Parts: sequence; structure tokens; C-alpha cells
Amino acid sequence: MLKLAQQTTRRLRGIHLAIPLLVLLVAFFAIPVLELVRRSFLDPDGALTLQSYGDFLGTPAYRTILFRTFFVAVVCTVTCLLFAYPYAYLMTLAGPRLRRALLVLVLLPFWTSLMVRTYAWLVLLQDTGPIKAVLAAIGLEQVHLIRNTTGVVIGMAQILLPFMVLPLYNNLQKIERSDLLAAQSMGATPVRAFWRVYFPQSLPGLFAGSVLVFILALGFYITPVILGSPQNSMMSQLIVRQVTERLDWASGGAMAVVLAVLTLVFVGLMSRVVNVQQAFGGTVDKK
Amino acid sequence: MTVAVDTDLALELRGVSKQYPGTDTAAVSGVDLQIRRGEFVTFLGPSGSGKTTTLNMIAGFISPTAGEIVLHGRNIADLPPHQRNLGMVFQNYALFPHMSVWDNVAFPLVERKYPKDQIRERVRAALEMVNLTGFEKRRPRELSGGQQQRVALTRALVFDPPILLMDEPLSALDKKLRQRLQLEIKRVHREVGITFLFVTHDQEEAMALSDRVVVFDQGRIEQVGTPDELYRRPATRFVAEFLGDSNLIEGKLVERDGATALATPECQIPLPDWPGGREAPSGDEHCVMFRPEDVKVLPADDEGAACRGTVRDVVYLGSEQRVIVTTETGREVTVRTGGETTGIPGVGGTVGLRFSASNAWLIPTGG
Repeated sequence: MLKLAQQTTRRLRGIHLAIPLLVLLVAFFAIPVLELVRRSFLDPDGALTLQSYGDFLGTPAYRTILFRTFFVAVVCTVTCLLFAYPYAYLMTLAGPRLRRALLVLVLLPFWTSLMVRTYAWLVLLQDTGPIKAVLAAIGLEQVHLIRNTTGVVIGMAQILLPFMVLPLYNNLQKIERSDLLAAQSMGATPVRAFWRVYFPQSLPGLFAGSVLVFILALGFYITPVILGSPQNSMMSQLIVRQVTERLDWASGGAMAVVLAVLTLVFVGLMSRVVNVQQAFGGTVDKK
Repeated sequence: MTVAVDTDLALELRGVSKQYPGTDTAAVSGVDLQIRRGEFVTFLGPSGSGKTTTLNMIAGFISPTAGEIVLHGRNIADLPPHQRNLGMVFQNYALFPHMSVWDNVAFPLVERKYPKDQIRERVRAALEMVNLTGFEKRRPRELSGGQQQRVALTRALVFDPPILLMDEPLSALDKKLRQRLQLEIKRVHREVGITFLFVTHDQEEAMALSDRVVVFDQGRIEQVGTPDELYRRPATRFVAEFLGDSNLIEGKLVERDGATALATPECQIPLPDWPGGREAPSGDEHCVMFRPEDVKVLPADDEGAACRGTVRDVVYLGSEQRVIVTTETGREVTVRTGGETTGIPGVGGTVGLRFSASNAWLIPTGG
């Protein structure tokens, strides 16, 4: 009993270090979120109702936006994965100097404003921009890269890339390269060795990066506003419209709650497949 | 070109060299070696001597810049590793952490597309041979170091490769476990009867395990021989000093009383009936090796002493002790005595030394 008490004290010692952040989180995150949730269940007269949820899920146009949001998030995640995996793999092979350079290149976007980067994409992708000129030269005049989902995915994927590269790299650098050699010495071709030995060991990092990118993509606002169009809007744009234009806190709140619940369900499903803590670089719990 | 096939030969290296671009010295230069079927051969050398590079060239992970690697009469120098059909145990074992013990051992069989029932039978039998029955479902990290080692060994043998390569597989283990696993590796070698090629920097391990030892230094083979040959008849100073303790004494060979003797400024070492004396011309400077057990400590006034010296250190090792004696000219001589401590004064005492002629060995000139 005494030992247990001591353990508890030891665990709680140092809790005061977390107090500043806890206060901030409660005051500026938990309370506003709970308030939004509360309002989503009230009608204009303040009576309890599920009207807002019914309106949201019962309106086909809204359901389309919800579906599109998830679709864009999935496409962004897959795009990031396809670019990040070879990049992170190269980082594990590179010497210390090249590795540092590659890391800086990934982190560079973090140090520039999201707004600036999105406008840069606007310049590049617009109908009078350089990329469009190249496409036109090879006979693809009809392809439009902006004011549609394509533009949104391009812009978002670039911004989200670091969130895929970093967890992946963190995972890949822990995989022993001798495992690949061992597999080859036992008769596996280099390709087979990769898929049977290397790739399965990279799944935790792959899932971690995917979850991060997917969740962040679901809530993107600025990039869809600048690179997309109102006809192709996403959930965040719809929620902003409900709240700022129609001052309809109830339906805005209901939409936010549905989005949040779906996201949590998704993360819950993912965490069943993979140990999230381990994927983010935490130590493996010893049994 | 026709290759003469010697059926007793498992592996032959012909002029195998490796030079990395941008470097002046070759990592491995001109290695010639013949390994017979069923032999246990160890590559021994300090780090950077080329032993691991040579093993990796045999495995196919490094391609040689020159030379042939002939496996059962066929040059495999240009084959990728997965087509060489050689078993390999890695220094860190390289067990696949995401697979169970069973799946690890089954891996090479699955890659070779063995039928399912055959895989089951082989893996079961292989795990039984190394006493790992019951551990099939464990993950590698749930095993002890020794068990992991045995899984790695089993996995590399389960597909019946003609040669098993081992790259310092015991270096991460403590001494007791290392010795136990050495015995186990020897037992497995006897049971499977294939050629084992083992890399180590530990000379005791090399001597304990091998039929023959290949000593590497600076990318070249210094000497190839049985452990006894290397210990008793080292070809070079490097081999003499690398394997076990040795006293290398330089001096002139002289005739004294009709027998050969080795003369140094402070010693006259009589070497009656010494075969080495006939090979070496008298009067020249020679280097003669005496192992510590071939030197005796005598009382300082003993008539039979070849020279005198001061005891600098006595190291007690249980069944034996090592006495380090400094002669008048400052030369250090290591003596290994049995358990008896009588007649050996403490540090600072004066003693006589007698060298046994029968095991003296003349280091060939130029070595």
C-alpha cells in the first residue's frame, strides 16, 4: 500500500509544470468547443432540438460537401504518401550533410506563411501561369489547375507534405538495413525483400503520417478558399459561411460536431491497426 | 575458359580485390584462397583488415573490382546475392522484428516457393535441432540474445545452403554465453556437415572453432593454417603477435659447443637440436619466437639460466599465472607458469630465464 502511495506521488510530482498549458487549453479550447456543441443542440428560442443535425444530414448539397471533404483529404493523403515515401527513404540512405539538407528542405515550408505559399501556388497554377503554359504547349489546354478540386489538392498536398515525411523518416531510420541484405541472402529479390521485410516495418510511420495529414486536410480553410471555388467548397468553408454570413451558430456547430465525430471515429479505427504512440516516436512499452 | 572442377573444393577465391573509388589503398587486394567442402574456416584479423569485406564479396553484397569467386566450379562474382544460395548470419542477427520466429525461419523456404507441407516439416525439424520448439510464435525481441542467435543460425541453414557465412555473430554477447554458443556452432557444423565460413577479430574464438584460420591484415592474407600451425609456426611477426602472447627475440645465431645458440646483448639462448637452426644461416640477425609457456623462471643463480631479469609484474589467472620479466637491456619477456608459485620472487626480484628449444620458431625473414 505504501509503495502504491509512493508511486502515485511520484507520478503526480511535476504536474504543476503542465498547469500553464492546461489552463490555456481549458479556457481557449475546451470551453469554446463545449459551447459550440451546446449551441448545436438548441433552436433559435433556446429549446433543445436535433433540428440542426437533421438539416445538415438531410440536405443533399451539404452531404456532397461532406463527402467531397473526405474525398479531398484521402486524395491529399495518398498524394503526400507517394511523394514522401521515396523522399524519406532517400533521407535514410543519405550521408549526414545531404540528410540535413533534405530535412531543411522539408521544414522550409514551416517557416514561410501558409498564406504566402498558397498565393504562390495561385501564381503558378493560374490560367496565365507557367505550368498552364507548359500544359498548353503539349496540347492540354482544357486542363484547369485552379478554381477546382485539382488546385486544392495540389496546394494542400504541398503544405501537408512535412507531416508525412517526418513521421515516416522517424520510422524508416529505425529499420535495420541489414534486414534487406539478410532477406536477399535468403533468396528474396531486392523488390521482394522490400515488400516483405522493409515495407511492413514502415507501416507505423506510414499510418502516423497518414492520420496526421488526413485530419489536417479535413479542416483546411485558406487553401481551398484561394485555390478552389465556392462551387467546390469544403466543410470548413461551409461552416464559416453558416457562422459568419448566416449567423447560424447552431447549424455551424452541428456541422463541426459531425466532422469532429467522423474524424475521431477514423482515428479510433486507425489506432486499432497501429500503435500511434510508437509511430510518433514514443518508446515502445515493455511488457 | 574451362574451369577445372575439384569436387572437394567448396569455394575458391582467385585474386579477389576490392578498391573503393577515391581511395589509395585497396580494402582487399589479391586474395587467393581454397576452401574445402565441410571445412570450418575462420577469417581472423583486426578491424579494417579486409576480412568482413571479403565475406561480403562472397555473399554478394559488395562486388569485387577484380578476381573470381568460384563456388563449386562456377564463377559467382557477378551474381546478385539472392541467386548465390549462401546462408548468412549477421552480426546483429538481422532477424525480422515484424515476423514470428516461425515466419523468420520459414522465410527462405517461402522465397524459394517450397510447397506448404514441406515448409512446415522443415521449419519444425530445424527449430527442434536448436531446441527452440515452443518458441514458434514469439517475436525476435521476446527472445534472449542466445535464442536470437540460434534463430538466425536456423534461418540461414534451413534451405540447405552449401556454405554458411557468419559475420562476427557472437561479438555482442558476454563471454560465458559466447563460449556456450561456440560449442553449439561446432555441434551444428558437425551435424549439418556443410562448409562454415566465420569472421571474427577474436583470436581465441578463431582457434576454438576452426579447422583452418585465415589471418588478414591490411587487405591481404598473412597466413592460412590450422590453429596449431598458426600458433606454433607463424609465418610473420604480425601473426605471431596477433595470435596469443609471444616473445619475439632478435639476435644472431651462433655456434656454441657444437650446437646452435641465439645471442643477444644480454642473453645466450642455447638451442640444441633445434630444426630451425639448420634453416637459418649463422651470423645473421634473426627473430625467434618463444611462446610464454616455453619459457621457465629459475632462481637467479641457476646455472641453466640463459639470462637474468627483474620481475615487473605477476598476474594471477587461477590455473596459471603470467610473469612479466624485464631483462638487463629492457626487453620484456612473458612467462606462463603452472599453478605453482614456489621459486618466483615478488615484483622487483631477480630471476633467471630458460628458453625451451623444442618449440622455438624462427620467424621467416621479411615477415
